[in-house]
Amino acid sequence: MIRLYDDLIIQVVCRIMIPLIQFFALYVIAHGHYSPGGGFQGGCILAASFILMVIAYDLDWMKKRFSEIKNTFMVALGIFIYALIGLICILLGAEYLNYGILHKILPADPIKVRALGTLGIEIGVGITVMAVMVSIFLNLTTYGRHEKGEV
Amino acid sequence: MILLEYFLNFVIIVLLFLGIFFFFTATLGLLRFPDFYCKLQATGKGDTLGAILILLGVVVYILKEDFSFATFLVTLKILFIIFFIFHANPTATHAITKAGLDSGIIPLTKEDLKK
Repeated sequence: MIRLYDDLIIQVVCRIMIPLIQFFALYVIAHGHYSPGGGFQGGCILAASFILMVIAYDLDWMKKRFSEIKNTFMVALGIFIYALIGLICILLGAEYLNYGILHKILPADPIKVRALGTLGIEIGVGITVMAVMVSIFLNLTTYGRHEKGEV
Repeated sequence: MILLEYFLNFVIIVLLFLGIFFFFTATLGLLRFPDFYCKLQATGKGDTLGAILILLGVVVYILKEDFSFATFLVTLKILFIIFFIFHANPTATHAITKAGLDSGIIPLTKEDLKK
């Protein structure tokens, strides 16, 4: 990546902005079923906060907080949550991803359980989208080497 | 009471028109100013103030329609957006200006205009 030297104003403002962006991303994920948004959009906003870290600071600064091992693990974790909720529905005797049947194991009525199942799916989608976006960004900006290049 | 409503309508209209005015001047500056840095200065300042004024007009409108806890939450979200724009927009302008300076764009001076 081309970076001539660090800039204090951008770094300080990004330090204020990044928690707000991540908070807003969680809001978008959690309110996906009755307002605009959802897992994919929230995951993209969450990934944008990590990309902002790389742009404002450094690749190593971001790797110290969100390492590549965790990133690759999270790609699989989101898919796993998605598939697990679907498979539990099959095991309880309904179709794949038919969340209404989950009221047999969760203490709520079927309508609330349906909203909860959607929330679980969207959390899984959000985690996977965030991790894949960050991984695509790292691969594109460092030509696949995943380390800091010369200026 | 009806006087208060007239007054609030007046405030909303003034805020919205001021916001539109600042957006207009920012766009005019973007199109007509001669230099990279001049254009950035026009858009960076005008867009920030215009967006903040329009959002403040929206806040007053929502609170005028219905003053309750639900509208208070909506107001709080809009104030968060104002806070975000107030910080993010000048910083982005600063980043673009610095990138331009680093990559060797020379600012316009009085001597260039005389030529």
